[in-house]
Amino acid sequence: MEKTEAHWVASMASIAQHQDQKAFAEVFRHFAPRVKAFLIKSGADYALAEECMQDVMATLWHKAHLYDPSRASVATWIFTIARNRKIDLLRRYARPEPEDLPWGPEDAPDQADAIALQQESTKLAEAVRKLPKKQRDLIERAYFGDLTHSEIAAETGLPLGTIKSRIRLALERLRHAMN
Amino acid sequence: MPAIRHHVPDDLLMGYAAGVLPQAFDLVVATHVSLNDDARVRLAGYEELGGAVLSDISEAELAPDSLEQTLAKISRMQPTERSAPTGGVFPAPLRKMVGGDASAVKWKSIARGTKQALLCADGDATARLLYIPAGQAMPEHSHRGTEMTLVLQGGYSSEDGHFKRGDLEVAGQQTHHTPIADDDGEDCICLVATDGRLRFDGLLPRIAQVFLRI
Repeated sequence: MEKTEAHWVASMASIAQHQDQKAFAEVFRHFAPRVKAFLIKSGADYALAEECMQDVMATLWHKAHLYDPSRASVATWIFTIARNRKIDLLRRYARPEPEDLPWGPEDAPDQADAIALQQESTKLAEAVRKLPKKQRDLIERAYFGDLTHSEIAAETGLPLGTIKSRIRLALERLRHAMN
Repeated sequence: MPAIRHHVPDDLLMGYAAGVLPQAFDLVVATHVSLNDDARVRLAGYEELGGAVLSDISEAELAPDSLEQTLAKISRMQPTERSAPTGGVFPAPLRKMVGGDASAVKWKSIARGTKQALLCADGDATARLLYIPAGQAMPEHSHRGTEMTLVLQGGYSSEDGHFKRGDLEVAGQQTHHTPIADDDGEDCICLVATDGRLRFDGLLPRIAQVFLRI
């Protein structure tokens, strides 16, 4: 049965808090074949894709405590690690990344924000799955790097607006907690 | 109407989310996002789309000992600490590229107190820092493709408006403007990326054409 986003968020928490190898193995079985496929479609050969995927999953273990479920789904967070590792390896420079938001250990992500984002990202993933093949291919190609720029949100009518308002809310809460 | 935006256009933000921009443009977007929550939110939206694509992809076959290899890798790696906010003039991504804050830049004089420092060149795309004394005009330059200018300190005005710290100006090659640094005592520092070849002539360039008039 397909695991829910809430399940993967709980797995991440278990990895971060208890170094839970069983939870990690489950996350690995689900995401590692997808990460590897993403790297192959982006132009890596099988050996490099395997190596790079292992780096990505090992990074996931060590950065699990930095994952914030109110700001990204688990798949999205893994996607960003894979994308950055791909650039490190294929283009041989460290990708410039935005500064982390300054927050302390007491600023735990808001539970309601996290659940709202999970719902929105599930909806977005479903919407992507239901797109006509032509449009799905378009998006895939944009993210695998054959297409440089496109007007995806406007062209496909994907619900990017609501997901952004969820993330905006989470960010505002975070900023508010800091002041 | 000149092609000017105070915010990063969607196509550049999406290109950054997908990881397909040249390094010089990655640097400007990452630095802008560090200073602008609206851009941070819009970027997060495009990254969610990347996550949805990853979820939807057909799986590749793993090496038979893939998990064991990964666990071995984990035991060899150092844990990652949360990076502390930097403060200062330069946000973290720019600081990393320069190797320090504004005081660490190795400037080269252009003229009349105006200085520049080349940070990276990736094909035709280059990123450099510009230093313009308060009240002075920016050096004239031309570019064939897109130019992004991000203000880090001070500000400048042109016929296209006023730009202050965190503001981003994106200009196509048709843009002609003569920016002048604010005359308020604070010298202006900008991060500028240009690309002679970066064209928004992909499959669906309409949004780029609207924003960039190319």
